[in-house]
Amino acid sequence: MKKFINHPDAVVREALVGLAAAHPDLRVDLEQQIVVSADAPRAGKVGLISGGGSGHEPMHAGFVGLGMLDAACPGEVFTSPVPDQILAAAKAVDGGAGVVHIVKNYTGDVMNFQMAAELSGDEGIEVQSVLVDDDVAVEDSTWTAGRRGTGATMLVEKIAGARAEEGADAATVAALGTRVNEASASFAIALSPCTTPAAGRPGFELGEDEMEVGVGIHGEPGRRREKLRPAREIATMTLEAILAAKPVAAGEDAIVLMNGLGATPLIELYLLYGEFAGLLESAGVRIARCLVGNYVTSLDMAGMSLTVCRADPELLRLWDAPVRTPALRWGV
Amino acid sequence: MDVALAKAWLDTAADAIAAQADQLTTLDAAIGDSDHGVNMNRGFGAVRTALAGAAPGGVGAVFTLAGSTLVSKVGGASGPLYGSALRALGKSLPEGPEVDAAAFGAGLRAGLDALRKLGGAAPGDKTIVDAYLPAVDAYDAALRQHGGDGDGGLAAAARAAAQAAAEGMRATVPLQARKGRASYLGERSIGHQDPGATSTWLIFQALADAAAP
Repeated sequence: MKKFINHPDAVVREALVGLAAAHPDLRVDLEQQIVVSADAPRAGKVGLISGGGSGHEPMHAGFVGLGMLDAACPGEVFTSPVPDQILAAAKAVDGGAGVVHIVKNYTGDVMNFQMAAELSGDEGIEVQSVLVDDDVAVEDSTWTAGRRGTGATMLVEKIAGARAEEGADAATVAALGTRVNEASASFAIALSPCTTPAAGRPGFELGEDEMEVGVGIHGEPGRRREKLRPAREIATMTLEAILAAKPVAAGEDAIVLMNGLGATPLIELYLLYGEFAGLLESAGVRIARCLVGNYVTSLDMAGMSLTVCRADPELLRLWDAPVRTPALRWGV
Repeated sequence: MDVALAKAWLDTAADAIAAQADQLTTLDAAIGDSDHGVNMNRGFGAVRTALAGAAPGGVGAVFTLAGSTLVSKVGGASGPLYGSALRALGKSLPEGPEVDAAAFGAGLRAGLDALRKLGGAAPGDKTIVDAYLPAVDAYDAALRQHGGDGDGGLAAAARAAAQAAAEGMRATVPLQARKGRASYLGERSIGHQDPGATSTWLIFQALADAAAP
């Protein structure tokens, strides 16, 4: 393992020290291990809280700020935050209108946010929740923990954050977040595993000519392993999986997130995006908005995920609304 | 089961988990996200510290404190699951510095019930439950067979529980995971021993070791 670290146990904390130094408009509480928007709580505004294991940067702390999250709760690497952290975040951002939890669908995240919701309720804070489960590589059945929350989490946080900024109540914001999740599908492919600082070795081995198909964002192996193929064929396979699960009809608008998993250079993401754009155009789908870059990552994993969200005028209006966070900023 | 034995059990479990942390992480790397050993070690280390700094007067209070510590310090799924189990065990016990082996066994089952309620796993899903459930069944069977008087009864029941947990753990190898992160792998989870069932075995083995006369 070669990483720019001092000690594996100190990575999350020391990265938060750097985040605080780089972004004075965030309040980084190292004791509680939460990142809070500097102007929180704002009276009457619903507080948006997300969190999850670290290692997916810039998600979630990089999305704290105007028009998006009010607080993020980073856990240990790939380990969900604990209820105390989430409760501390709720107390820090509740301006009397309650909070909305944005939770990625993993067993640990769901349990810890649920426990935190009960604790917050005991403190008189209303909690609504959005469960994100956009990864269509996993079959949603009684035989699995259900689909994973991946790239669509960022779209949910942006769009729900914009609606909260407009003054909507907690139930409305949560219902909108759920609608974004339901309209979104993601699929990921890895070219290399990733290495957590604590484990010190990759989660799996992958040959020079192999790719891991249907991979998650925690270094776990994917659904299957295949021979590496040209980008065009990979793009075709990826988009087919997405549109089969969540169809977007010809003439409809889409928000597209071409996301890197951490160690794939932008030149490859743009190359892939070109392939996806051509395929979507052939299908008659209008790419109304797009982002290309590293937003929902998996440490040093080489790989990509594509998220397609079927959009309507309300979602596009909220997508375009001003946002000022470390990782996403426009309109301000 | 008295306060000293309760603490000795958790200390022994912390030692075993520290010694086996790499092995737990290796098992988790195969079908999960390579953090089970790290998280369990952090959690039981925190339990050791919490118990050293507090002087719970009752057996139940020892387990309630240990459970709350795991919930607060671990995160992931293992923190809430093991934490809730220990809290339920602690809360189910009658007050006092000593409880009999039957009450302790009922407490172990209350812990299992709390864990299953939270995680929703059934036997055969390739989880903690596959080691925990046979362990409490074996504990109860041993008590019925040998009687539960004195620490001798508890020691024999704990030995039976550890043995059943080990068998349950090994029986997870051919199973396909239906809960937790391993379930994302589908059939690819077959052929690997479940990390959660493995840490459960370590904890029951620690009970047997601590209770041994």
